[in-house]
Amino acid sequence: MINAIWVFMIFAGVVVAALNGRMELVTNAVLNGAKQGVVVCLGLLSIMVFWLGLMKIAEAAGLVQSFAKVLYPLARFLYPSVPKDHPAMGSIVANMSANMLGLGNAATPLGLKAMRELQDLNPDKEKASDAMCTLLAINTSGLTIIPATVIGLRLQYGSTNPTEIVVSTLMATLLATTTAVLLDRYYRSRERKRWGGGP
Amino acid sequence: MMGLVQVIAAWTLPVIIAFIPTYAYFFRKIPVYETFIDGAKGGLPTVIKLMPHLVGMLVAVSVFRESGALDLLISALNPLLVPLGVPPEFLPMALLRSISGSGSMAIMTDIFQAHGPDSFLGKLASTMQGASDTTLYVLTVYFGSVGIRNARYAVKVGLLADLASVIASLAVVHLIFH
Repeated sequence: MINAIWVFMIFAGVVVAALNGRMELVTNAVLNGAKQGVVVCLGLLSIMVFWLGLMKIAEAAGLVQSFAKVLYPLARFLYPSVPKDHPAMGSIVANMSANMLGLGNAATPLGLKAMRELQDLNPDKEKASDAMCTLLAINTSGLTIIPATVIGLRLQYGSTNPTEIVVSTLMATLLATTTAVLLDRYYRSRERKRWGGGP
Repeated sequence: MMGLVQVIAAWTLPVIIAFIPTYAYFFRKIPVYETFIDGAKGGLPTVIKLMPHLVGMLVAVSVFRESGALDLLISALNPLLVPLGVPPEFLPMALLRSISGSGSMAIMTDIFQAHGPDSFLGKLASTMQGASDTTLYVLTVYFGSVGIRNARYAVKVGLLADLASVIASLAVVHLIFH
């Protein structure tokens, strides 16, 4: 499906530009898009290096493990395929908490760490495992308690009550995340039925 | 309430950053600096691995948007959605939310500028921006960093969850603020 979306975006873009006689827009868009990709990577690099360092300390001090215990029942329910004491469980829980606190910058490195540890458990290194799909579903639906960036922007644009949207955001994100988890389960069981067995 | 949330939002990160090394050093006698360097080393390989994924995806998104194809899709969908209570100014943001986080954020600030953050549209945009994440980015970065090629049903789930968050935001904001 990702292949289809990718081809569609490029093909539709070129066709529309051709019909409008604005082909130069496509050339610029390619250059800008590629540049943006590298810029995003560099932005991510600085925060990745920092958080992975900090998390190593937290891990060595046993903080990740004790924090994991609190959210453990929820994580156990969401990721039944991850063994109890595997390091991936700690990273998954840390990623979940960073998301909830609206620490987007911290959530990504932790999520990537969880991915790397889930890859160790994955029998087929090119195919996403069940737990990886769940991690993705939860992260794409973005479970947030404090949407810090949005609050900041509202303040900047002169809102009289910037935090007014906290409750509505929480309700909407809970609905979206629940839907994501249910869909993740649904498509997995459908895949199992179709192919029998499964990874 | 507002002051409290502001304070929490501003304090969470610094408190975590200060607490972790302090606790580790004084209570667990961990060589914090060496441990930090050891963990930080893992940053570069991860980011290098996902650079091709990000460049490839952002080029496609950029071509789709700059060429006017996105606008065309929006004007085709508007007649169907306006009767359902979806404001026309909101649709570009809803469509962009899944493919570009900075793009939808830019539209949100446009809406703040034109209608004010406290307008119905402003609250709707704020809610949706906060209630979901950029599926295509998360997918690219998370799977790209470990070399997953077969995403199984994850793309479908991510995009359907985005649709759910758009519908949920519309419903919740109509319910609370109307």
